[in-house]
Amino acid sequence: MSGRVLVGVKRVIDYAVKIRVKPDHTGVVTDGVKHSMNPFCEIAVEEAVKLKEKKLIKEVVAVSCGPQQVQETIRTALAMGADRGIHVEVSGKDYETLGPLQVSKILAALAKKEQADLIILGKQAIDDDCNQTGQMTAALLDWPQGTFASEVTLDADKLKVVREIDGGLETIKIKLPAVVTADLRLNTPRYATLPNIMKAKKKKIANVKPADLGVDVSSRLEVLKVDEPPQRQAGVKVETVDDLVGKLKEAGRI
Amino acid sequence: MTLFRLVLRFASPRLPFICGGCRTYSAQTGAVERVISSFRSVSGDEGVSVGLAVREQHGRDESVHSCRPPDVVVFPRSVEEVSALAKICHHHQLPIIPFGTGTGLEGGVGALKGGVCFSLRKMEQVLDLHEEDFDVTVEPGVTRKSLNSYLRDTGLWFPVDPGADASLCGMAATSASGTNAVRYGTMRENVLNLEVVLADGTILHTAGKGRRPRKTSAGYNLTNLFVGSEGTLGIITKATLRLYGIPESMVSAVCSFPSVQSAVDSTVQILQAGVPIARIEFLDDVMINACNRFNNLSYAVTPTLFLEFHGSSKSMEEQVSITEEITRDNGGSDFAWAEDEETRSRLWKARHDAWYAALALRPGCKAYSTDVCVPISRLPQIIVETKEDLIRNNITGPIAGHVGDGNFHCLIVLDPNDPDEVQRVHSFTERLARRALAMDGTCTGEHGIGLGKRDLLKEEVGPLAIEVMQGLKATLDPKKLMNPGKDRYGLWIGLQSVVYILLVYRMCPAPFSSPRPLCCPRPLFPISFRTQGDRTGSKCRLNTHVDKNTEYVEGARKRDVFPKPEIRCWWFWREGAG
Repeated sequence: MSGRVLVGVKRVIDYAVKIRVKPDHTGVVTDGVKHSMNPFCEIAVEEAVKLKEKKLIKEVVAVSCGPQQVQETIRTALAMGADRGIHVEVSGKDYETLGPLQVSKILAALAKKEQADLIILGKQAIDDDCNQTGQMTAALLDWPQGTFASEVTLDADKLKVVREIDGGLETIKIKLPAVVTADLRLNTPRYATLPNIMKAKKKKIANVKPADLGVDVSSRLEVLKVDEPPQRQAGVKVETVDDLVGKLKEAGRI
Repeated sequence: MTLFRLVLRFASPRLPFICGGCRTYSAQTGAVERVISSFRSVSGDEGVSVGLAVREQHGRDESVHSCRPPDVVVFPRSVEEVSALAKICHHHQLPIIPFGTGTGLEGGVGALKGGVCFSLRKMEQVLDLHEEDFDVTVEPGVTRKSLNSYLRDTGLWFPVDPGADASLCGMAATSASGTNAVRYGTMRENVLNLEVVLADGTILHTAGKGRRPRKTSAGYNLTNLFVGSEGTLGIITKATLRLYGIPESMVSAVCSFPSVQSAVDSTVQILQAGVPIARIEFLDDVMINACNRFNNLSYAVTPTLFLEFHGSSKSMEEQVSITEEITRDNGGSDFAWAEDEETRSRLWKARHDAWYAALALRPGCKAYSTDVCVPISRLPQIIVETKEDLIRNNITGPIAGHVGDGNFHCLIVLDPNDPDEVQRVHSFTERLARRALAMDGTCTGEHGIGLGKRDLLKEEVGPLAIEVMQGLKATLDPKKLMNPGKDRYGLWIGLQSVVYILLVYRMCPAPFSSPRPLCCPRPLFPISFRTQGDRTGSKCRLNTHVDKNTEYVEGARKRDVFPKPEIRCWWFWREGAG
C-alpha cells in the first residue's frame, strides 16, 4: 500500500463563460476565452486532499493531459493541497482529438508506473459531458469502480462508496486499488488561498510524453460538425380548445 | 396631496410634449414614440422594453417600498450606448434611473417621477485583472459572487459582503458594507476608480482613465463623491476595485454572554488586542431564540457573538486562545470554535439563516431591516433602549449587528396589511434613527438613504451640508434628471405643488381651453382672475405674458374679443415646442 492517490484534472472553458460556436462549425471558440479546472475535478481534488488531511493516505498526485497551459490547472490543484503534479504533454492536433479513451490509457499507464492505490476523477467534463474516462480507466486496469460518488469512506484497504443512481442512493464496498468518480454532492471544494498558491509554485510538476508511457493518442473519432441548439421560437396563444386541436393537427402531432 | 395633483393633471387637456422641470411623461403619448425610436436606434430592438412586466421588475427592489415602475427600460451594452442614451434623455428632459440587480433595501430604484430605467445587466464583463497589483475593473452587470468565482483560481477575492449577490457597481453606488467591514473596510475604502456617465452623457473617469494606483493625493476625491451617491449624480459603468488575498486559514467561533454590555466590551477588547478578526456578529436573545426554533439548535438564549478569524494557520491557535480568554473575563460562556469548513458552517448557521429565522417567527409577514450605526462604546446603550422600545410597542424585532463597526439591524417582522402596526413600526424606526443621531451616529450604516430617510439625512448632516450637496448636484446634474425624488428635498416637492397651485389659482389668466403644458396645475373649474395692473402685456407672477386684448372666460373679466393670442407660459417656452 503506497498510500498514493492519483487525481485527474482537466482544463476546460470556465463554466460561467457564454460558449460560441466557430463560424466554420468545426468547434467552439477557445482562443482568448477564460479556462479553468473542470468543477467535478475540483471536487475530486478536494476529496483527495481531505483524505490526506485525515491521514488516511500519504500523497496526492495531480495529473493533467494537454498543452503548456494545463500547467495552470495543475498549479491550482497543487494550491488546493496536492503534493506534486504530472503534466502529460499532448498538443496540437492530438490535443484537439484527445478523448476519454486516450486519457484513460494514459491514466492506466501512470497508475501502474506510480503504483497508485486510488484514482479519483470527476464524473464528467463540462465541455464534452462524456462520463467515460473513469469507467474506461477501471476497465483497463481491471480495478473496481465507484462512480457518481456522493460519499467516500476509506478504512484500511476497503472503500465504502455511496453512489447517486437513478433510483436513489446505492452503497457499495470495494477493495483497493480502485477508481472513484466524484459527483456534485461529494464535498464543497475549497478556494485556493493566495499563500497556498505561492507555496504551490515550489511544488514539482513532472513532464511526461504519452510515447514514454507507451500510449498511442491517435483518435478513431472525427468531429463532422458543431452547431448551436436551434433558436427558441415564440409561442402562440390560442383562444379556444378547437383552435388548439386545429394547430396540433397542422403540426402533424395528432 | 398626490391625489389632488393627479386629479389636476388628468383634468387638464393633455399635450404630447414633455414639460421641463417636472416630469409628466406617459408611455401613451406621441412624443414617447419619437424617443423610443431613438432609443432603439442606439440599443437595438431588444435593448428597449415598454412591457409592463419588465417595467414593474425594474421599479422595485428588496425593500418594503411599493413598486414604482419607470416608463421605459433600456438595456445598453457598452458605455458608449449608455452615453448616447443619456444624451437623448438629457435632450428630452427624461429622468434617468440606473438599475443593477435590484437587491437594494431602501427603494433606490423606484421611478418616482417615471422616466427611463437604465438596466445595466448586459454589461457583464470582468476587465483588466491585475493579480500582482490586487486590482480588477468590472462592469455593472458583474455581481459579487460571480467576481469571486472568476477570481477563484488566482487566490484573490473581493471581501465586501453585503449578503445579497449584488452588482458591484451598485454596491459602489450605495457605499455597501457587510460582515467583513471590520477587517476589510466598506466600498468607500475599496473603490480605486470609477467610470461614470453623467446626466448629459459625458463620460467621466473619477481618478483618470485607466489609473489604478493604490493611493493618490491628486486633486479632489471624485471617486468617493460618487461612491454612495445612489444614482443621483451619474451612472456608474465601470469600477476598479481593490482585491485581497484569500486568507490561508479561517476559523469561526461562537460565544454566549450574559448581557449586551459584556458582549460589546469583549468586542472592544478583542479589537484592542490586535486580533485579526474578520467578522464579529452580534445576535440578541430574541434572534437566538428564533434561530434555535428555525434550525433546531440549542444555543443559550442570551446575547451571542459569532466571530471569524482570517490569517495564517500557525497564528490561528494563538488568536483563538487570546479571544477565549477575553470572552471568559467578560463573563462569556460556551466558547466553541472550528477550523474545517463543515463545522464552521454549522457554527455559523444561526447567523446565516438569521433573516429566515426572523421571518419564521411570524409566518405570512414581511420583514424590514433597520440600519443605524453608532460609535462602538454607545452600542450597549442604544441596543438596550431599542429593545425597551420594541417591547413597549409590541413589535417583533430580533436584532443582528456588525458589532465591530457599531452597526446593527433590527429585523422587524410586520404584517403589511395591519395599518396600526405599520404606523408603529414607522415611528419606531424614526425614533431609532434619531436615537442613533443623538449618540453621534448615523441614520444609515450601510443601506443608503433611498426613499425613506431623506429627512433624517437633513437632521444628520445639517442644512449647510445639504446646501453643499445640493450645489454639487446642481453642478453635475443641473436638470435634476438622475434618479429624481431621492434628492435631498423630496418632501418639498409636495409643498411646492401646493404653493404653485395657490399662486396659479390667483394669477394665471390664460383660458382653460388654451394649450398648456401637462405640468400646469390650473384646475378646470372657474376661478377668479386678477391682473397685475392694466398695462398691455401684463405679466403674471409666474412670468406669463398675456396680451391685453384677449377674451377671458369663466369668471374672468371680459374684454374685446380678438383672435386668441399665443400664451407664453414659462414652462411652455422652456420646452421650445410650438
